Amino acid sequence: MPSCGSGHIVVLMGHDPMVAALEAGAEVVLAGRATDTSMVAAVALMHGMPAGPTWHAAKTVECGGQCTTNPAAGGVFVRIDNQGFTVTPLAPDAACTPTSVAAHMLYENADPFRLLEPTGTLCTSAATYTALDERIVRVEGSRFELSPHPTAKLEGTRLAGHETISIVGIRDPHILASLDVWLGYLRSVLEDRVRSTLELDPQHYDLALQCYGANAVLGPLEDSAGPAREIGLLFKVRASSQKTATAIAKTANPLLLHLPLPGMDHLPSFAFATSPAEIERGPSYEFVLNRVLELERGTDLFRVDLSEVTNA
Amino acid sequence: MPDSTLTLGELADQVRSKNAGPFWITLDIFFKDERGYRLVANSAVLSKQVIGHLYQVDPATVKYFELPDILAVKISFPRPVTAGSFNDRDLHAGQQHVPLAGLHLPPARR
Repeated sequence: MPSCGSGHIVVLMGHDPMVAALEAGAEVVLAGRATDTSMVAAVALMHGMPAGPTWHAAKTVECGGQCTTNPAAGGVFVRIDNQGFTVTPLAPDAACTPTSVAAHMLYENADPFRLLEPTGTLCTSAATYTALDERIVRVEGSRFELSPHPTAKLEGTRLAGHETISIVGIRDPHILASLDVWLGYLRSVLEDRVRSTLELDPQHYDLALQCYGANAVLGPLEDSAGPAREIGLLFKVRASSQKTATAIAKTANPLLLHLPLPGMDHLPSFAFATSPAEIERGPSYEFVLNRVLELERGTDLFRVDLSEVTNA
Repeated sequence: MPDSTLTLGELADQVRSKNAGPFWITLDIFFKDERGYRLVANSAVLSKQVIGHLYQVDPATVKYFELPDILAVKISFPRPVTAGSFNDRDLHAGQQHVPLAGLHLPPARR
């Protein structure tokens, strides 16, 4: 397993710990990290409702109006029974259709027919979606395949360093016409200065130059041609300490303000967005752990603390 | 390819992208009608190879699903860069549908 150092590990909770809290008398459960579906499924499963319709109903309701024709309008109400469930939008001007409800299984899920949960897998390949009227949809045929053992997904991050950023606007068409040349020149001049003044080689820090207005979002996948009218350059540096990251950003400051294109006969000046230009982002973390543990019981690894809240 | 041909984004009702967990990207295409769906499903317009080329990922890692009941096609592949890491450009991968939506359909299939 990779080391998480000074990062964090969380366990993704299923419905079992919530059921345990409810059965112990809790009226309100404040859960830690949990699957979106499990907090909806917990009460229905506790009352003995069948797992297939329950988990599918929970997946359908988890993003509110996302499964309706008017996602901004509000949530949905699901009614679970022994054969299936019905979905009704709360907003009078929203509708659920067989397509809008079926399509929700695609949302944020790599496989459109299978959704992994800590106690098993929801399988919707045989599910049918029927319009009961122009707003209400009936779903039947959802199955839930119980795992031989409950599982728990571990997600872990590690501290990857500290970040400092600067944002500078460039509007000068001469620079924008040769933006890649300018960015390459910026990187090489900066690396030289950091080496000579801070005695740091490029492998000791990370540098990202993201040009909003050009290709910041898609990077090498961007295919629109022609120079941008204006860009916001996000200059981002990550180093082992905040002090070092900011020292590198301060070394970049005069370049972000004035760096000409190679061969240019004057010093341009660019548009810093803030003063001072350097913005300390603090510690930065990265995902490094994604593992599944087999448990004896679904409540293992989770503790339930009960406390009474009184009105002062 | 000439700009006069129809793009997938123009043909479809919606093309969207999102993380499916921090290590996967998933793309959904919803078609307006059966005709649009048939132009793309079961054709050479979209395939694991086409996605591999568009997104610079290994076609062997691409999952491809056709959903005729809801006139949708779904594609998932491992994120080349983990969500939220230093070189990530799109934390929730919400804008990564654009290369797919810009895919030109061959004129013969219109």
